Amino acid sequence: MTVPITHYMILSGLVFLIGVVGVLIRRNIIIILLSIELMLNATNINFVAFSSYLGNVAGQVFVFFALTVAAAEVAVGLAIIIALYRHHSSINVDDFQLLKW
Amino acid sequence: MASLIFFYFAGVIIVTATLVVALRNPVFSALSLLVMFFHVAGLYVTLHAEFLAAIQIIVYAGAILVLYLFVVMLLNVKREDQYHRQGPVAVFLGLTLLAEVALVALSGEVPVAPLGPQGPLAAGSAVGNTESIGEVLYTTYLFPFEVASLILLVAMVGAVILSKKGILGSKSS
Repeated sequence: MTVPITHYMILSGLVFLIGVVGVLIRRNIIIILLSIELMLNATNINFVAFSSYLGNVAGQVFVFFALTVAAAEVAVGLAIIIALYRHHSSINVDDFQLLKW
Repeated sequence: MASLIFFYFAGVIIVTATLVVALRNPVFSALSLLVMFFHVAGLYVTLHAEFLAAIQIIVYAGAILVLYLFVVMLLNVKREDQYHRQGPVAVFLGLTLLAEVALVALSGEVPVAPLGPQGPLAAGSAVGNTESIGEVLYTTYLFPFEVASLILLVAMVGAVILSKKGILGSKSS
């Protein structure tokens, strides 16, 4: 275990950063959901790294829960996308302004 | 050697994560996310989290990504022409996060002290990774585990109701 934990934190921070930027600059709603997956994976990397370095398995259990929530989010999110596409024939977020003030 | 493996995995993860955001075609984005999931799983193996590596490949790469690809194919989306006009917000948030990463990088070694002998991952433990996770999951975290199953049930019902035509609002639409 010669890699310092700082490296894992930097990697996780960079992946999270890419996810945030992806959510903000893309218009395709599927890519936005993929960017959310990127952010969830960044937190998972952090969890596993700290779990390994602290010698405590609870971090890996939390990754398990994060994975459950990610699966639920994907199922509901993709169902919403299909319902939206049925109504608007578009998956561009600029076309959905019903809830915008 | 260990750090060489880490830098290989980290480099591929960063590059493919950038490609997910940067590529125009959603299918290519999903496929580069697949490559990223495999390398994250490899990173888990180097961190002695073999169970999570298997789960990462089976659930993320096997189930979630196939669902994404299925929806992309179903909707038959065309290529996207341009990025969103939220560039300034993205730059601001990106710079803030980048500053935090740089702060972590410049602060040097984080003093991480092992929590003591109660960690099942401690050196010299004869218990396997899957076994120790199962033990903690079904004793300490039994209630959150049940709540997770409830979340999955709610998501399943919600997905069926949202995507099925005519259950809700067949009169309203």
